[in-house]
This record gives sequence, structure tokens and C-alpha cells, in this order.
Amino acid sequence: MKVVLENLTKKFPSKNKKEHSEVVAVNNFSFEIPDGKLVGLLGPSGCGKSTALNLISGLLKPTSGKIFFGDDDVTTIPPENRGVGLVFQSYALYPHLTVRQNIIFPLENLKGKNKLSKEEMNKKALEIAKLVQIDKLMDRKPSELSGGQQQRVAIARALVKIPKVLLLDEPLSNLDARLRLQTREEIRRIQKETGITTVFVTHDQEEAMSISDLIIVMKDGVIQQIGEPQSVYDNPVNLFVAQFLGTPQITVFSGEIKNGGLYIGEDKVLSIITDYSGPVKVGVRPEGYIPAADGALSCNLCRIEVMGRDISVVSSNPLAESEIIRSIISSDNKIDTSSATVRFNLKPSKVHLFRPDNGERIDFSLN
Amino acid sequence: MDKQNNKAWLYLIPALIFIGVFMVYPLVDVLIYSFEEGYNSASQTYNGVGGYNYSFVLRDPYFLQAVKNTFILVIITVPLSTGIALLISVGLSSIKPLRNLFQTVYFLPYVTNTLAVGLVFMILFKKTPYSDGLVNLLINWFGGSSVDFIDGPYAAKMFVLCFYTIWVVMPFKILILTSALASVNRDYYNAAKVDGTSPFRIFRRITLPMISPMLFYLIITGFIGAFKAYSDAVALFGTDLNAAGMNTIVGYIYDMLYGNSGGYPSYASAAAIILFIIVLTITCINLIVRRRFVHTK
Repeated sequence: MKVVLENLTKKFPSKNKKEHSEVVAVNNFSFEIPDGKLVGLLGPSGCGKSTALNLISGLLKPTSGKIFFGDDDVTTIPPENRGVGLVFQSYALYPHLTVRQNIIFPLENLKGKNKLSKEEMNKKALEIAKLVQIDKLMDRKPSELSGGQQQRVAIARALVKIPKVLLLDEPLSNLDARLRLQTREEIRRIQKETGITTVFVTHDQEEAMSISDLIIVMKDGVIQQIGEPQSVYDNPVNLFVAQFLGTPQITVFSGEIKNGGLYIGEDKVLSIITDYSGPVKVGVRPEGYIPAADGALSCNLCRIEVMGRDISVVSSNPLAESEIIRSIISSDNKIDTSSATVRFNLKPSKVHLFRPDNGERIDFSLN
Repeated sequence: MDKQNNKAWLYLIPALIFIGVFMVYPLVDVLIYSFEEGYNSASQTYNGVGGYNYSFVLRDPYFLQAVKNTFILVIITVPLSTGIALLISVGLSSIKPLRNLFQTVYFLPYVTNTLAVGLVFMILFKKTPYSDGLVNLLINWFGGSSVDFIDGPYAAKMFVLCFYTIWVVMPFKILILTSALASVNRDYYNAAKVDGTSPFRIFRRITLPMISPMLFYLIITGFIGAFKAYSDAVALFGTDLNAAGMNTIVGYIYDMLYGNSGGYPSYASAAAIILFIIVLTITCINLIVRRRFVHTK
């Protein structure tokens, strides 16, 4: 089932009654989620991503705009009739019911011709439990399960009714680092096996990039960019997206375009052709540095961290916005640690230019 | 490890002394009194030891009346007050406007002086030379004839006593239940809603189990409180409760100690022990039932 949002807006009245202002949690959302895809809704805390999810689930009513599941307008349909499965950040497993009872709970609500017999319910619950691999834990209470197991039960409960759309709210945030890796693969597998259109919310860009077919980057209730993870990473539309995606973070320098070249301070780092001239923000991905004795960009060397596969060179530059510049280079490279400076050439594809006033991307080609 | 233990005992001493002096010693003392026949508090002498006090109390029509009154009071007021408090709390939690106002209104009886409340009930129910009381005016309005709630038939008096008790114990229950309801994670309700659960089913399958520990706490303390009822009856019917036929077990004990027929500490002790056994039994039953039905984390 494809999901289409059309000019969706949600405003909340401000807590401060004197001001009469409104908080716009979701501002004019329009996008289409193709059938059977896994979509990551990504943004920093408080950017309105959970609100967007709750709008799709129907728990919140939009201020304006429309939501379609397939060709059906579901904007005014209450959550129980939308056929969505929702997994909460807290899992919201009923603590007084066993795993089996939790999974069966949505089935027991079915009425009329959809009503199921006890055996059918148990059969369906067991099928779903096998899918998420918790079929051996059916008679336990949620409190007797680990975080990862609880997560699976929550997913099983959301899936047992075969929802048109599966919504996951920060599904991995309560898990430890190792379990998180494992569970996200698991979510990917379950989504692939069921083919259910899935939207999940996260503030962890790595999580979103690793398993999503599409990511939607949000900031302050506004969609910044929609695209496949790699293309968003490679072609960020603005400084926010560039900074939000990628670990270690992209380093931003104050630079200038003049005389057909890109300058960081006195160093001409790239020869480029572009319509724009004047001061720019220069974003360089950590993997965009090539150490070279005659490198174009000169930085003060702080230290070197060896991480086995890679070397992380920590240096500083007065024109960088952050105190340190972290560059990841292959461990084949040798860095002279006795020297106070380190020089780099920059990989053009890992360099992004942004306008200093509004942070929008400046396209350029190499000369 | 022994040192550790000694230290622990040292810390426990104040509490142990307090419990020993004010709870264990009196309890043992009462138990002893209850078997001393014909105890005289002035001369501190008694004739013999035996079960006569119990057989006297258990045959005393006043005591039997008091037991009957107390049981009726318990059986009517505990379920009713808990049930109504639950209804009101659920109502309060689901409305937004004026919630604070309603909460205050429902809490007023809790902070109101018992005697002032008694006076209000007097105006509502008592027959005076000038008026039959507000409730009777209402009954007359609907074409009924006046009922004497204070000196009249037993059922009318019992009705007033139950009404009064329910009204007095309700605020505390509402307070506990509204906070219990508020502490239920909203996600459970949202999850149930997305799954298409009907409001009634949400209440029965989610809300009730979630607040069941508090509910049972209220039922147990409600039972104990109702068994110990006394001041409410005095506020309504005056101090001569035996004459009014509205005595309670605690009232009977009090009367045996100090009342008009007073000066029989042995009988009072026997009655107190009987009350203790009744309350203990009921509480044990409650706890057994609780283990079956209450969800604990």
C-alpha cells in the first residue's frame, strides 16, 4: 500500500497562553511512500517526526492537508479503521498479559464477519511469533523478556492484523549498541518478508541510512530532503542535511570562491567553475582528505588515532567552525607525527559548498 | 557480619520500642484482660480465668446488634464507595475543562470537620418541630410521606449511616484512583486505540488491571475502616447508640469501657479481640483474592 501525504500540516497551540502563538510541528508535508518500501523519517529531537508518524497513524488529526493510503483518503478515518500497525518507543506491551495474549489482543477486537475463533487467533499469533522468532516465549510476561525480545513482541503485535502500513517510533532507542545493530537487520528482514510499507522514525542517521530504501530528513517540521540514503549523503541540498548525515560529522570551513578557485584562507584547495563568487561554507567529509606532502590545505596536527582498518587524523584549522577536524584515511598512509602541520588534498566529490546566508547548496564543476 | 547485624538492630530500636509499647504490649494486655473474669479496674482484681467474657459478649443482644450493623455497613459501603469513586475518577480523568474545580469539589468532604458534616446531615435528614428536613421535603415534593431518618425505622437509619459513610470515605478513594489512572502510560491507550479496541474493553482489559493494585489497597483499607466505624454513627445518632439500635462493634467496645453501662473492661477486651479476629480474617481473604486477580510488576 503506498502512502501519500499532501500538504500535511499540524499546529499545536503554544503552552504560553499569553502569546497566542502556535507551534508548527509538521509544516506542509508532501511526499509519497512507494508500496512495500522501508522509509526512515530522520531528524533531530523535536523536529516533528513523531508527530508526522502519529498523523499517519491517525492518533493525531492534521490541522490541514490530506493523507492517502493507496487511493483512499484516510484523513478523517479514525486510527482503528486505518489498518495501521504501530510500534511505540516504549513498546507499550500490556504488562499483565503474556506474550501470546499481547499478540492476540488486536485480533480479539475484530468484529462481525472478521471475527476469529480461538484456534485461528492462536494460529495467527504463532505464525507471526515465528516470523519475529519469539515463538518459544509465548507464555512469558513482558517483564521476563529482554529489551530486544520485547521489541519483537511489539512488532509481532503490530503485524498480526496484517496492517496496510507499519509504523515504528524510535524502534531501537531503548536497546544497547550491539542489540541495536542486530535488531535493525531484523526489522529489515521482517519488512522484506512481509512486504508491508513501513515508516520508521529515528534521530540516529546511521540507523536510518543503513536499512532504509528512502530517507526523509526533517528539521523544525519542514522536510529538507527526500531520497535514497546514498544519494542524500552524496548530494545534500543544504548545510543542515550535510551536517546531520555522516559520522564523524562533516567539517565546515569558511572559504571563498574567487579567481576560478576555492580558497580556504590563503590555500587554494580546488580549481572550480561556478556562477557563485564570494564567501562560502565549505563542507568536507572525513573521508575526503588525502594526505600529501604538497597538499593544498594546511592544518595543525593534534594527534593520530589508529582504529585498525583506518587512521583518524585529528587536526585543527582556524577557519574550521569546529575545534577539531577529523579525517579518516586508510591505514596504508603514513603520517609524520613529529611535524606540527599536516597537509591534505581534497577529494572533489567529498567537498560540498553552501551559501553562508541560507545554507543552500552551491553546485560547481571542476576546472 | 555480626557487627553489621548489631548495627541494623541499633537502627531498628526506636521503631521496635515504639511498636512494642504502643502495639504489641496493649494487644497482649487486651488478650489477657479478655480471659480474666470479673476484672475490676479500681481494685485491679479478678475472680478467675476462663472464656466467660466471650460467651457473655457473644450472647449480649447489644453486641449482636452492633455486629449486624457493622456487617451491613461494611457490605454496603465498601463496594459502593469504591465503585462510585472509580466511576467518578474515570470521569474526572477523561474530561479536560473544569477538572481542577471538580477535583476540589470532590475533595471537600475530606477536609471538612466531622461535626460540621454531621450538622449538614442533620439539616438534610433530621425532623425538627419546624421542618422535616430537606430530604423529606424532596420526598413530599414527589408525593411521598415523610420518613424519620434519625429516630425512625431501622432501614431509614441504616440508609443515612451508609450514605454518610460513603460520602465521607469517597474523597480519599477518588484522590488515590485519579492519581493511579493518571500514572497509566498513555501509550497503552494509544496502542489499544490503533488496534481498534472499544472503550469498554480498554477499560476492562487495560485500565482495570493497571490500577488493580491501588483498587485492592482501597478495598482492604475500606474494609478495615468500615469495621472500625464509630464516630460517624455518633455524629448522626448521638452517644447513646444502643438505645438507637445503631451501635457498631467499636461503639460497643467504647460503651463497655466508658459508656452508660460502663466499667466492664473484660467484656470490652473480649469484644475487641473478636473484632480483631474478624478484621484479620477478612484481610487474609482479601490478600488471597488479591494474589489471584491483581497484576503486580
